[in-house]
Amino acid sequence: MTNSPSLSEICISSASKAWEGDGEILATGIGLIPRIAAGLAKLTLNQDLMMTDGETYLISQPAPMGKRDSSQDQIEGYMNYSRVFENLWGGKRHAMVTPTQIDSFGQTNISAIGEYTSPKVQLLGVRGFPGNSINHKNSIFIPNHSVKTFVEGEVDMVSGMGYKNKDLSNGKFEIKLVVTNLGVFDFNGKDNTFQLLSLHPGVSTDDVIENTGFQVSIKSDSTTPMPSSEELALIREVLDPQNIRNSIFGE
Amino acid sequence: MNKVLAHSDVIDQLSNNMTIGIGGWGARRKPMSLVRAICQSELKDLTVVSYGGPDVGLLCAHKKVKKLIFGFVSLDMIPLEAHFRQARQNNEIEVMELDEGMVQWGLRAAAMNLPFLPTRVGLGTDVLKNSPDIEFVTSPYADKEKLVAMPALKLDAALLHVNKSDEKGNTQIIGPDPFFDELFARAADKTYVSSEEVLSTKDLGGKQGAIFNRFERSLVAGVVHSPCGAHPTSCAPNYGFDLGHLKEYSAAAKSFEDYRSKYLNLTPEEYIDSVGGSEVIQNIPLPQF
Repeated sequence: MTNSPSLSEICISSASKAWEGDGEILATGIGLIPRIAAGLAKLTLNQDLMMTDGETYLISQPAPMGKRDSSQDQIEGYMNYSRVFENLWGGKRHAMVTPTQIDSFGQTNISAIGEYTSPKVQLLGVRGFPGNSINHKNSIFIPNHSVKTFVEGEVDMVSGMGYKNKDLSNGKFEIKLVVTNLGVFDFNGKDNTFQLLSLHPGVSTDDVIENTGFQVSIKSDSTTPMPSSEELALIREVLDPQNIRNSIFGE
Repeated sequence: MNKVLAHSDVIDQLSNNMTIGIGGWGARRKPMSLVRAICQSELKDLTVVSYGGPDVGLLCAHKKVKKLIFGFVSLDMIPLEAHFRQARQNNEIEVMELDEGMVQWGLRAAAMNLPFLPTRVGLGTDVLKNSPDIEFVTSPYADKEKLVAMPALKLDAALLHVNKSDEKGNTQIIGPDPFFDELFARAADKTYVSSEEVLSTKDLGGKQGAIFNRFERSLVAGVVHSPCGAHPTSCAPNYGFDLGHLKEYSAAAKSFEDYRSKYLNLTPEEYIDSVGGSEVIQNIPLPQF
């Protein structure tokens, strides 16, 4: 491993900022990068975060990626699926997810691509996206920023609600942060337009515009801050010592 | 009181067009030996309610499903369920696609003999567009908020897999997450459990064991002794899921006949032998997520 940060490490560091200032809530990172990012947030920005072992128990320290001796987990509580639902309906959760499609309204799709009655590609189903999006804050990680993921018009099957319906959410709907392989974004432009906050090294604003199926506001075209040496040490030695993260971008 | 039945007895108590709920979650603690028995039967045109895994996929592959009520279908480590996908992409099944929590809410409404339960979940999404039968309700209080009236998901039968049972239908789910099996049992007219072990009541572990008794025996119509009956799904803490078999099963979506003739024309005992025997299954380590 070289000392210079990899793209996955830059994404993990950027994504960890999503949970800053969230207080004592359940942080759920679904997928490799979001899960390491949630762990990094807990070890750096917000030690009050609650986190599961990836299954049923709340644990005091983030579970490292890959095979581990789970008997070493410091278990502090119980979080089975039923309780995850109760928790999320109460709003005390912030999840980071990877939808297959996202549109200019922040609507997301993990259900199906194409015409609904006989989809071109059947995906997972909406899972908890309707409930998550209307009840608590969410962030998004996209490893393949393209016009196929950031689609023109609306997503094929609205699984997670978007800003155009935010009034239905009793004030709870928010997409806090969007981290992709190209840069860092949010939906805090004028009237909740999608906006660029920073570009990863070697990426241009034209790259972003060409690969996004809708308008992107450019709030800043600065370069994404590099992970600090403390963050790199935590990612490399504590959270993902087997270097599984670099499989995401084939690094 | 003795509720112990054979797999075939359960099948005899089911009929075409029934709404059947299946417990477990994804590739975890699914009553697969009962599902395989349905696949071997003449039953058809079923409405299936499930947090879906290979239960849904196998039933789709055998053309048993008229309508699926679901939040997802997944094999966990293999995220997409090949047989379910094929059924959807070929427009072979009707669907009522719901948020995971809406499924729970529908089962809970049925469990409480209520016509619906209110929720915000589903608003602003295509879940409601694709299921126009789901109605709304306006809060009678000062907020006057318009909410989704999640309809009760009443089940004719529920099929569950548990770790332990006695002949009277006292069951125990020992795994750390009982999922929503209790609500499936309460939402159903008749609940049939398959059980790793069928023990005498005095061997159920007394007060310590009773903590794992997730619903009362009056809900249980029948108990089927089915060691390794969740295979290829997991049954914590007894065994993990059989990833090798799940891969073979997934690949069989391309040509199902080979898989069917290899694994589906067998008695439950023959099936266990065909996948390596109970000792091998019992030694499959639990997955780490």
